[in-house]
Amino acid sequence: MKKSKALVLILILMLVFLLGPFLVIILSSFGSEALMKFPPKGFSLKWYDKVFNIKMFRTTFWISLKVGLLATGTALLLGIPVAYTVVRFRFPGKSVIELLFSSPAIVPGLVIGFSLLRFFIYVSNIPIIVGLYLGHTAILLPYTVRVVSASLRNFDPAVEDAAISLGSSRLFSFLSVILPNIRGGVVAAFILAFITSFNNIPVSLFLTGPGVATLPIQMLVYMEYYFDPTIAALSSILIVITVFIVQTAEKLLGISQYV
Amino acid sequence: MAFVELKNIEAGYVKGSPVLKSFSLSVEKGELLSLLGPSGCGKTTTLRTIAGFIMAEKGSVKIGGRDYTRIPPNKRNIGLVFQSYALFPHLSVFNNVAYGLRRRKVDRATIRRKVADVLKLVSLEHFEERLPSQLSGGQMQRVALARSIVIEPDLLLLDEPLSNLDAKLRVEMRAELSRLQRRLGITMIYVTHDQIEALSLSSRIIVINEGTIEQIGTPEVIYQKPATPFVARFMGFDNRLSGTVIRIQDDRVLVNVQGFEIKAILEKIAGLKRGHQVELFFRPDDAALVNEKRENILPVKVNYYNFQGNSIQYSVNCGESELNVVMVGKHDPQKSYEFLCVPADKLIVETRGGG
Repeated sequence: MKKSKALVLILILMLVFLLGPFLVIILSSFGSEALMKFPPKGFSLKWYDKVFNIKMFRTTFWISLKVGLLATGTALLLGIPVAYTVVRFRFPGKSVIELLFSSPAIVPGLVIGFSLLRFFIYVSNIPIIVGLYLGHTAILLPYTVRVVSASLRNFDPAVEDAAISLGSSRLFSFLSVILPNIRGGVVAAFILAFITSFNNIPVSLFLTGPGVATLPIQMLVYMEYYFDPTIAALSSILIVITVFIVQTAEKLLGISQYV
Repeated sequence: MAFVELKNIEAGYVKGSPVLKSFSLSVEKGELLSLLGPSGCGKTTTLRTIAGFIMAEKGSVKIGGRDYTRIPPNKRNIGLVFQSYALFPHLSVFNNVAYGLRRRKVDRATIRRKVADVLKLVSLEHFEERLPSQLSGGQMQRVALARSIVIEPDLLLLDEPLSNLDAKLRVEMRAELSRLQRRLGITMIYVTHDQIEALSLSSRIIVINEGTIEQIGTPEVIYQKPATPFVARFMGFDNRLSGTVIRIQDDRVLVNVQGFEIKAILEKIAGLKRGHQVELFFRPDDAALVNEKRENILPVKVNYYNFQGNSIQYSVNCGESELNVVMVGKHDPQKSYEFLCVPADKLIVETRGGG
């Protein structure tokens, strides 16, 4: 088969564009100089050591993890029933709800963050961590609804009818027949939502306050003062963890078909 | 009173535009009744109304003398078999079949015994541990059947259960369904768009078109004496000729078709008089192509033919109408023909534009 040279070139450019930044970050995290450089000079693991010794990174990592897990869990608990209702039933206003939930990228994060700031922090005096949790739940909901809807749409509605005709209530047939068969979609939604929460800056920026920050915010703050490869080392660790989680889920459940 | 009774049902998917309008039917106990019609005619809506997935807006559903109109589907004890099999993909064959018994709080030992019995009945006794994905289409449909009859339903509803199977398997499963029905004596309502399936399985057929019943009858009556042009066309009376009544004599009518006299037997139309416009319907395999002049012939020109093994299908022109003729047996396809001949008792007469 004749290969088109232009296509191969485009493919290579795409790969450089997509993977290049990761390569630069990972390679420079091993440099020995105190200023981040590419290509790095020398070899050292001291920046990795530093990541684990900065207390603010440790505390904000736990905050990010806690907020991410709680917000993702809540977004799933709310999102699965919404997805089920939208996929299975016809009702007035359905297209509005679908539009609202199917385009998470329509409203800029900064706008959401700012309005949440006005809505939560100024109006009530709820703790910062609760504000973060509620704000993240709000931005994750569209992701869980969208991914779970996709897997529900691929599932034959007759299966549910069969369960009901055999004597199950609608709720029990959902739990015993539908949920086990869309678990791939649910896991995919979980991972996608968690990563979205864990990486989020625009919304968190408005909702963090004295003493409470998420990891990405803390990284941003750190970079305002220092330009050593510590951030590169931390980013490399996060990249490796993310790739590992996604890869495992893909192998076990084939989640890529849902996202 | 019949075992299943639908009275003046109005039901559909969108409020205000019902698929079924004042729809009534009755099914006797132990009967296999087919609902036959093209897609979108309302046969599946009827089935879903009986099953309880669609609540009738008007009218009543009675089964065994009890009013089921407002009873939810999970409390009806009705078995359902779907075109897509609808097995639970994550459960083994055993657990699929046991699902309904577990909902009925049947004890373990009884479940074991009943599932084993019913799987034997559908010849799948060694498949208990398999997952649906490890079965063929025919096997999956047999599991679906076992799952729906193990609960000893009052009524079994089948929605195009054989449509996803290949031709050979369909015939096998048809025979098996028929055998099961006779053996268990379950009342069944069978939805299909396939005439052959309905004819070979049913004790009675209801032909439905656009939410209303066109004809109810035994397979023989539906096949031989369609009551409306719609049923005629649906049962394979593909050819139509227009003509004018010349005269009526006893139960015979003489029709002028393109200047030729065609005799037909009148079944029902009363008040037909000389000069009325009528339409004659006949099946492709009830006509023959001939060369000699005899009764009931029309001049034709052969357009083309398709060799089909034990038969040859001809497309012929008769005046302005294009007709379809199938000749069974050994014929020389190259041979030319001058006339089309249709026996008088194979023609169906309808008044022009309706019935």
